[in-house]
Amino acid sequence: MRPGETFGHVTDAPIGVELEPGPPPEIPRSPRAIAWTRRRLSARRVWILYRKNAMGMIGLITLIFFIAVAVFAPLIAPKEGLEATCPCNGTPFSPPSWGFPFGTDNFGRSVFTLTVWGTRISLLVGLLATAISMLIGSVIGIVAGYYGRWPESVLMRLTDWFLVIPFLPLAIVLAAVLGRSLTVIIFVIGVTTWPSTARIIRAQVLSVKTRPYVERSRALGSSSWHLTTRHILPNVAPLIFANTILTVAIAILSESTLAFLGLGDPLSISWGTILDFAFGAGAAGAGQWWWLIPPGLAIVFVVLAFTLCGFALDEILNPKLRER
Amino acid sequence: MGTRRYILGKVAQAVLTLAFVMVFNFFLFRVLPGDPAALLLRGTTAFNPENLEEVRSDLGLDKPLPQQFLTYVTDTARFEFGESFYLRGATVSEVIGDRIWPTILLLGTSTIASAIIGLIIGIYGGWRHGSKFDVGSLSFTLFVYAMPEFWFGILVLMAFAGGVGPFPAIFPTGGYETPGADLSGWAHVTDILNHLFLPWMVLTIAYLGQYALIMRNSVIDVMNDDFVQTARAKGVREKQVLRHHVVPNALLPTMTLILLSLGFIFGGAITIEYVFSYPGLGLLTVQAIDAKDFPLLQGLFLLFSAAVIIANLIADVLYSYLDPRVRAA
Repeated sequence: MRPGETFGHVTDAPIGVELEPGPPPEIPRSPRAIAWTRRRLSARRVWILYRKNAMGMIGLITLIFFIAVAVFAPLIAPKEGLEATCPCNGTPFSPPSWGFPFGTDNFGRSVFTLTVWGTRISLLVGLLATAISMLIGSVIGIVAGYYGRWPESVLMRLTDWFLVIPFLPLAIVLAAVLGRSLTVIIFVIGVTTWPSTARIIRAQVLSVKTRPYVERSRALGSSSWHLTTRHILPNVAPLIFANTILTVAIAILSESTLAFLGLGDPLSISWGTILDFAFGAGAAGAGQWWWLIPPGLAIVFVVLAFTLCGFALDEILNPKLRER
Repeated sequence: MGTRRYILGKVAQAVLTLAFVMVFNFFLFRVLPGDPAALLLRGTTAFNPENLEEVRSDLGLDKPLPQQFLTYVTDTARFEFGESFYLRGATVSEVIGDRIWPTILLLGTSTIASAIIGLIIGIYGGWRHGSKFDVGSLSFTLFVYAMPEFWFGILVLMAFAGGVGPFPAIFPTGGYETPGADLSGWAHVTDILNHLFLPWMVLTIAYLGQYALIMRNSVIDVMNDDFVQTARAKGVREKQVLRHHVVPNALLPTMTLILLSLGFIFGGAITIEYVFSYPGLGLLTVQAIDAKDFPLLQGLFLLFSAAVIIANLIADVLYSYLDPRVRAA
């Protein structure tokens, strides 16, 4: 087939999705370039399906809003506002006003400033903890699924044990022993949330490794490393991605809970620590709703946004759900 | 495979898991950086070299590791977890024994209530999936899932115990009963219930969503089964199909999943008991964190884990009785 001909131009786009007739495929370059073209095309297909998912789009827009708040925090609210001694502070415990849209806390700090800056820490902890969790979960899932036999039984037994141990008590014990710091919180959430990921990934690896192209590659003499990183991993990656986004939601909720229980880093302000301070200062009894509602609502919106994005992606990428 | 063998296998698995938790618990306080004795004394006024030595020999930390492990195992088997640092003079098991009943009352009643309400919502949502009711209950479930329970608890506390704007402060702000009030009989019972109501309501609402979701999906699965179609073809009324064919079969997996959710419920109990200063194991955990009371934390962690493992075992065994196919598989 010469360039310019469209005959036989086959895509494996899902039914109902029409790709725009782009430029005709060029003469193949290197295998790697072909692989990247294929990946780009499939990413575009996912995006076309994703755009049609209303809930997923609402989640994505909310997420972009919060990421923007985190990135541009210094422009939205000056950092000095976090200091208890800042001359910019108002009267302690004052309800919302023009100068302080969310009112002030016990030091007279603007709750608006605290909430804006809390976005940074909450998102940071959520993302880093998820990265740890995904790394452990994916490696264990792939090794168990690929090698089978005794590595699988050992790793899956370990996974089952971690699944059974109640999450919050385990996280509390770990955080209490290791001390109060941001790194500890990230580590604790990371090492307690991986088991469900490991199980999902293992199930997918079991299905992928029996496919003909893996067998072919093995017949051509590929090493285990090549097989897992070049053939298995790219094919379980979409599922890892969807699962990652759902795990971020759990990590952010966990961070807020641990911080609320007084295990957070007292020096870095997250939504959880704001709630911890507010509750500790008796905001609930005194009816200081402006101090309690903004950080809590921020958690609800971010967790909802991640969950909606995750569900939407899962629906598109998860082969089990797609069949329905 | 026979029932006996199936159950024995499950029991062996549970024992193994419990052993893993115990080993984990043992090393958690010994392998981690730093001296456990220093860890116990950290931040207290008693932090000096003499006390350090004393604590070390008290805890048996000067002995070799295998011997320490043996002592730990035998002590645990006798429910001896050492002395609480927070409440001096009381052993960990005594402290836990004092606090366990409020937690059982709170978790028991709220789990039963949220399971019943959740199942009913799930049955109707699944039976008419796609309806306004279904979409509404799903959105509610999603919203509650995204909400930290403790935050919901704080708002409820502020509204109904603190009193804000139009909300009346009609409930006590916390505790198990009115302190100092020497009540007896019926007055005592209503006093306890009055204190129980707000945390009970928060936990019930926080968990009914997940039960509704599990039941809904289970109902939808069963509705697609052939026997439901057969029942309809025979001319059985829709109401009868739901009551006699769909619900009993959909209940099976749900009942066990409710038992399995105990791990999550403990998490909720910790934060909600703290918010309502309800003197159960959850509040005790928070107090142990604040006081750096490691023996107490260790005991609580072991207790929570053991409870979840036993609940898992009960779920497995119960399921094998309710659904004989599991044993055969």
